[in-house]
Amino acid sequence: MSSNTAASVVDAPEASHGGHHDPVANKIGMWLFLFTEVLLFGALFIAFAVYLSIYRWDFQEASAHLDMPIGAANTAILLTSSLTMALAIAALSRANKKLALHLLVVTLLLAAAFLVLKSFEWGHKFSHDLYPRSATMELKAEGEQVFYGLYFTMTGLHALHVLLGGAAILFAMGLIWKDRIRPDRISFLENVGLYWHLVDLVWIFLFPLFYLIG
Amino acid sequence: MTTAAVPLTPAVPDYLRAKQGLLAWLTTTDHKRIGIMYMIGMLVFFLFAACMAIIFRLELYSPGQQLVENDVYNRLLTLHGVAMIFLFIIPGIPAVFGNFFLPIMIGAEDVAFPRLNLLSWYCYLIGGLLALVAVMTGGPDTGWTFYVPYSMSTEHNVLIPMAAAFILGWSSILTGLNFVTTVHRMRSKEMGWFQMPLFIWSLYATGWVQLLATPVVGITLVLVLLDKYVGVAIFNPASGGDPILYQHMFWIYSHPAVYIMILPAMGVVSEIIPTFSRKTIFGYKFIAFSSIAIASIGSLVWAHHMFTSGMADVARIVFSFLTFFVAVPSAVKVFNWLATMYKGSIYLGPPMVWALTFIFLFSIGGLTGLINGALSLDLHIHDTSFVVAHFHYTMFGGTIVIFFAAMHYWWPKMFGRLYNMRSAYVAAGLFFIGFNLTYFPLFIAGMRGMPRRYADYLPEYLVYHRLSTIGSWILVSSILLMLGNLLHSLFKGRRAEDNPWGGATLEWQTQTPPPVLNFNGEPDLSRGPYEYPTEVEA
Amino acid sequence: MTQHESEHADHHVVPYGLYVRVWAALLLLTAITVTASTLDMKHVTVLTAMVIAVSKALLVLLYFMHIRFEKRIYVWMILTVLGAYGVFIGLTFTDYWYR
Repeated sequence: MSSNTAASVVDAPEASHGGHHDPVANKIGMWLFLFTEVLLFGALFIAFAVYLSIYRWDFQEASAHLDMPIGAANTAILLTSSLTMALAIAALSRANKKLALHLLVVTLLLAAAFLVLKSFEWGHKFSHDLYPRSATMELKAEGEQVFYGLYFTMTGLHALHVLLGGAAILFAMGLIWKDRIRPDRISFLENVGLYWHLVDLVWIFLFPLFYLIG
Repeated sequence: MTTAAVPLTPAVPDYLRAKQGLLAWLTTTDHKRIGIMYMIGMLVFFLFAACMAIIFRLELYSPGQQLVENDVYNRLLTLHGVAMIFLFIIPGIPAVFGNFFLPIMIGAEDVAFPRLNLLSWYCYLIGGLLALVAVMTGGPDTGWTFYVPYSMSTEHNVLIPMAAAFILGWSSILTGLNFVTTVHRMRSKEMGWFQMPLFIWSLYATGWVQLLATPVVGITLVLVLLDKYVGVAIFNPASGGDPILYQHMFWIYSHPAVYIMILPAMGVVSEIIPTFSRKTIFGYKFIAFSSIAIASIGSLVWAHHMFTSGMADVARIVFSFLTFFVAVPSAVKVFNWLATMYKGSIYLGPPMVWALTFIFLFSIGGLTGLINGALSLDLHIHDTSFVVAHFHYTMFGGTIVIFFAAMHYWWPKMFGRLYNMRSAYVAAGLFFIGFNLTYFPLFIAGMRGMPRRYADYLPEYLVYHRLSTIGSWILVSSILLMLGNLLHSLFKGRRAEDNPWGGATLEWQTQTPPPVLNFNGEPDLSRGPYEYPTEVEA
Repeated sequence: MTQHESEHADHHVVPYGLYVRVWAALLLLTAITVTASTLDMKHVTVLTAMVIAVSKALLVLLYFMHIRFEKRIYVWMILTVLGAYGVFIGLTFTDYWYR
């Protein structure tokens, strides 16, 4: 607050609401938001655990038919994108704007690669008549139907998060370009980074549960 | 903030007169205006949901069909529940009074994220309008719990009300996120955690429950929609799903949600009782920690809603056992309030009368909750009107009564006007009679086997239903009288002083109504939130 | 009016090399978990996969997400969340294990 007179308070009352910059508050707020995301996916993991305990053998059977190499490649891709994201933040906080932007471009490319591989994988399943309510699906064992239901829901929701994270990275790049994000005002980029690492964290659990239990 | 140059009153306009016009309100980031906008929305939805209740209570006036067909009855019942729970009781006290008073009570200018706060309100508005659209398009008949597999097979539209619940969930999450961050970062420098008013403690604990439980129900509703409209197999028993898992995931949120409803109400009571007893709150730390304890233990007991659903016996026994523990911190609060009043200099102003009504009704609600929580008894009374009476005593007699108490307590501060005291007492008295007449007979009917959610009943239940319907008329008149009295005060009420009740928390230090930035100068924190100058020695 | 304590103290500068080493460890763990899944380990398949996933998650949390360098309050918050989640999943299984 720097207003000295009542007049200046009257002139800009709304500006003072929300004009305040507190990076620690931003960080706490972001972590709290990440917690809601953890519980959002967490609920799905509870469903997964329950059905795994009921349909142990059906899940193993269905899991064996997922494309493990693509899953493993996507894991490596996301882990690497997490690295470039962390490096980008480190570079910008050392005032190396050019390096930071380059690293973010790499991060975006890796995100795109992840989504392309994911769509190949889904497309492959669809072309084998494996999608909700398809004729082949309805002939499968109950546990396998549930497995595929969870597979499409969870990887779909995760892909949506990759997409949103990519959009956020693009937006942050614009702000860096215009020097709205800079070494002394880096909180937005840090929060985008936290979000991106969370997307990675979720995949770290999705990958073994879907692809490696077969 | 340099205060020396600021002439105190009246150079600074209050928040109501700052920027006029509808657009200024709809784009405001002032937490006080957002609180008022929530209040308007909520009272509209409350009256709307109350109308539905009046209609189906009339249907129950006599056995057989009186007014509406069975199908219409089911839909009225569902929308009554959805509107009351998601649009009024869950967001109620935090969104209205939390928004308005949390920043003021901790000596801040606003919440941590004011624009996010406005976004929460728009989420609320969109969710509410979707619920109205659901009514126009017929409305679902599933009950507010949307249990599968019926919600997947019903002909009625469940997409819109579920989407409404999902969006309202985000409104709730964002409010919780905002409040938790605000409490961490925006407290006045001199205010430590244990100098915070207890209302703030309760909002803080509530905020965490909102953050951690709401996403679970959000994704669960999405799963039902995916199952119903896309055919993704999750809960559908025809493709291997387990409907009881839906109930688990639904109640993992919806049971903690009852603590989202009641904790802020308990916080308000902890403000009103010491103010009107002129005496420091008894056991500050116990009340503060009991809020945390209720939030934590309340998250361990969800499956006591499912004792007759077909769970394993072990789960039923564990959940029944855990349920009893919630009573401990709740009782801690009630005993502390009573001890605060003991040998106090009690002034029975209207807010205090409402708060005492709360203690009475909520104790009945809480104790009947123990009956419901006991596994062996619940098998007998599950899905009877005993349960209906129980949760109306806790939610209506608890949360809504305190919403009314808070309106009477803070109304002079929010609008600068005092309401007519005599009408306020008459309304509160009528309410007490009407409430007990409406709901107490349902306990007895339930014990004798009257199922809930039925449009018709055997003649032997006539007396209970008739008493209840007559009670509902008294109840609704008392509420209309109360709201009329408050509205009337806006235009004709006496001007309120800055501190009409002699409260010691920070909102009573600032001018009435508060200025845009809440304080003209730094608030004085040398006194604790419950230190009264004229305190009586106990 | 807000608390401005140590706003810049928590901007710990992490050397690039540390991030690269963490990334290498993560890739190594991925390779291990893929290899382990090809062995026939019967009942411990899921357990092994989960133990490795948790170690990877810890690396990401501690280094990429900076928890190692943040104030203790974040650790408490994360433990609260994990505790709540553990309770949700644990109590759900009091039903499914004994059905």
